[in-house]
Amino acid sequence: MISFGLSEEQEMVRDAMREFAADAIRPIARECDEASEIPNDFLETAWSLGLTSTQIPEEYGGAGEERSMVTNAILLEELAHGDASLAMAALAPSLFANAILDQGSDDQKKAYLPLFCGESFATGAVAVSEPGALRDASAPQTIAEPKGESFILSGRKTMVAYGDRASHFLVTARNGDSLGAFIVPRDAAGLKISGPEKNMGLRGLTTTALEIERVEVGADALLGGPEGADIQRLLNVSRTGLSAVMLGLSRAVLEYCVPYTKDRVAFDEPISKKQSIAFRLSDMHIAQHSTRMLVWQAASLLEHGEDATKAAWQARSYAAEKSMWIADNGVQILGGHGFIREHPVEMWFRNARTLGVVDGMVAI
Amino acid sequence: MIDFRLTETDKALLERTRAEAVIARRYAHEFDENEAEMIPDTLPETEEFYANRSPAPTAGPEDTQGAVMMMLQTMGAFWGDYSVRVRRSDRGGLGNAALAAAGTDEQKEEWGNLMLSMAITEPGCGSDPSRVSTSAVLDEETDEWVINGEKIFVTTGIRATGVVIWATIDKSAGRAGIKSFLIEKGTPGFDVPHKEKKLGIRADDTAAYVFTDCRIPRTHLLGLDESIQQKNSGGFRGVMKTFNMTRPMTAAMGLGIAEAAIDLTREELVNAGIVLDYGVGPGGLGRTNAAAEKFMRLESIFEASRLTLLQCGWMAGEGLPNNLESSVCKAHAGSAVREITQGCIEILGTMGIARENLLEKWMRDSRITDIYEGTGEIQRLIIARGLLDYTRADLK
Repeated sequence: MISFGLSEEQEMVRDAMREFAADAIRPIARECDEASEIPNDFLETAWSLGLTSTQIPEEYGGAGEERSMVTNAILLEELAHGDASLAMAALAPSLFANAILDQGSDDQKKAYLPLFCGESFATGAVAVSEPGALRDASAPQTIAEPKGESFILSGRKTMVAYGDRASHFLVTARNGDSLGAFIVPRDAAGLKISGPEKNMGLRGLTTTALEIERVEVGADALLGGPEGADIQRLLNVSRTGLSAVMLGLSRAVLEYCVPYTKDRVAFDEPISKKQSIAFRLSDMHIAQHSTRMLVWQAASLLEHGEDATKAAWQARSYAAEKSMWIADNGVQILGGHGFIREHPVEMWFRNARTLGVVDGMVAI
Repeated sequence: MIDFRLTETDKALLERTRAEAVIARRYAHEFDENEAEMIPDTLPETEEFYANRSPAPTAGPEDTQGAVMMMLQTMGAFWGDYSVRVRRSDRGGLGNAALAAAGTDEQKEEWGNLMLSMAITEPGCGSDPSRVSTSAVLDEETDEWVINGEKIFVTTGIRATGVVIWATIDKSAGRAGIKSFLIEKGTPGFDVPHKEKKLGIRADDTAAYVFTDCRIPRTHLLGLDESIQQKNSGGFRGVMKTFNMTRPMTAAMGLGIAEAAIDLTREELVNAGIVLDYGVGPGGLGRTNAAAEKFMRLESIFEASRLTLLQCGWMAGEGLPNNLESSVCKAHAGSAVREITQGCIEILGTMGIARENLLEKWMRDSRITDIYEGTGEIQRLIIARGLLDYTRADLK
C-alpha cells in the first residue's frame, strides 16, 4: 500500500540527526573543508551514536536493530544537511559493514562484522570508482583473474574514503563476464595506498587512491562466497545514499538562502519580495521536494528487496542535476557573497558537483 | 510506513482503468479533429465493456489508500484520452468539488445530482480572481440575487447542468466581497453563447457564459454566508480550499498524458534497438546513446512529478493540510508535462508531429496543465509565500 508516512521511530531518528547535524556538524564544516581533514574527535563522537554497530546483528557483536534503508536515507539527508563530507565520514564504516551485512557469506559476516562493534572508530573502505575520463563504476577496468582457487586483482581505484585508516578494502572488479567485489586486507602484497587526494569538493573527507598490482586474494575474499554478490544492488544502495546526501545539501542551500533574501535589501525592499528571487526559491523548493520522493522510493524498494536499479538511477541522476542547479542558484542569489568563503554556499556548490560524479561512497 | 508498492487490489483497480482508457484512446484522434461536435456520453464499446467487465475489487481501508488511488486512476484514465473527463461528467465537474467543500448539507442534497461546472475566469480577470466583476446584488423584496456579468473558459460548460460562479456582492470589499453562487442551466438570463476553440483538449466543451439580470433565490449562495469580513475573508478561503484537491487532480490529468508520451517513446526506442541501461553510473555517459539518455532523463522527471503528486494525494487522504504540497505538485507537473511531451517529440522526430499519431496531440493537450487551476507562476507565488512566511500583501 502506497504511503508517505514516517514511522514514529523514523521521526525520532530524523529529529535526533537534525539536532546532531546542527550542533556537531554544521559548526565545523567550514574548518574541515579548509583543513582538508575531519578531526578524530568528530569521528569518535559520531561513532558513539552507533550509526554502524546498532544495525549489526547481536551474534556479531552489534545491537541487532533491523536495518531500514528508508530510515538510513532519512538519517543521511539530515546529516548531509549539516555537511556532506562529515556525513559521509560518519557513515564511512557502514559502507563496508553494510555491504558485508547485505551480501556477505556467513563466514565473511563472522570475520568482518565484529570489527565494527568496538568502542572506537574503525572502518573498512569500499573501492568502486576508477581514475581517468569517462570511467563508470558499472564497467570497471580493474580485473580479477582466477588462479587456481585464488584471484589475481589488477587495476586502479580512486575516491576511496578513509583508505588511510581502513583495515580492509572491498574492491569491485571485472571477473570474466560478471562483476565481483573482493575483500582485500590493507597489508596485501601489491596493494599501494596513496593520498590524501586533492579534489574540488568533499575536501573534509579523506580519500585515497589504490594501485592494485597483481594482488592475490583467496577464494574466500569474493563477497558472497562462491556464487558472488549482486554488485548492481550494492551500487544501487550507494547511489541512493548519495542521492540522500545531495538532497540534504539541496535543502541546506535553500534554507540558507531564505533568510538571506529576507535580510538583503535592494531598491528599498528585501530581495525576497522580488519575483525573480521568490520564484527561484520556489523552484529550488520544488526541486528538493521532488528529489526526496525519488530517494524514498529507491530506498523503499531496496529495503523490500525489489529491483531498484531504475529507481536508484532516477534518484541519483535527478538528485545530481537538481542539487547542482540548486547550489548554482544559491551562489547566484547571494551574488558576490556566494563567491566568498565566509558563506558556506560556495562550498556547497563545489560539493554538489563532486557528489554528482562519485559512486560507491556512502551506504544506506 | 513509507511504501511504494501497490496492493493486489490497487493493481486490479488500475487494470480496469487501463482497459477503459484503451477504448477511449481509439477515439482520441477523431474527437480532436472534430472539435465543433459534442462528443457522445458513451462510446460504442463502453456499454459492452461495462457489461462484461469483472466486478470491482472491494477494497477496505486497510489495503488501499483511496486518495492516492484516485490520483493513479485519474492518471490512468487520461493516459487513454483527455476526453474521458467529458464522458465522466456523471462524476461531477469542478463545481461539484466546490459544493462538496463549501456547501451546506441542504445544498449538497439539492445540487449534488447536478453536474456543476465552475465559472471563475472573466474576459478581464484570470490569475487574480479578486478582480472578478460579475456582480450579485440582493433584491431584498424578492429575496433574490440578481447576477450580471460574463464568464469564459468554463470547463465542461456546455454539458454541465448547473454552475458554481464567483461573483462579487461588494466590489469595494475586494476579495472579501467575492462569493460563490449556484445557478441551474435554463434559469432566465443565463446564456451559453459558444464553445471555445482551443490548442488542445478540444473534446472538452469549454464554454462562455453570459448573465443578464439573472435572478436566483437567496439560498443559492454557496455556504449561505453573506457576511463580508474585512480581512482574510473566510468565504474566499473556503472556496480556495477547493484547490487543495483539484490542483493535484489537474496535475494527475497532465501526468497521465505525459505517461502516454513516455510509454510511446520508450516503445519506439526499444523497437529501434536502443538500450536503456539504468545500471550506468556517473561517468558512464560515454557508453550511453543520446536518445536513451534524453529519454531516461525525461522519465526521471516524470517519476519525480508522479511521486510528488502521490504524496500530495496521500496527505489529503490522511487529512493533513496540503496547501503547499498541492501547489508544489501542480507547479512541478505543469513544467514536467511541457518538458516531457516536447522532449518526446524531439526524440522521435517527424513521427512526433504527424497528426495521425497522438504524440503531437498529447503535447497540445497537456499544455493546459501549467495554465488552468492556477498557472505555474501563481503556484510559485503560493510556494514562495509559504517558504518566506509571507502574506499575500508581502509578495505579489
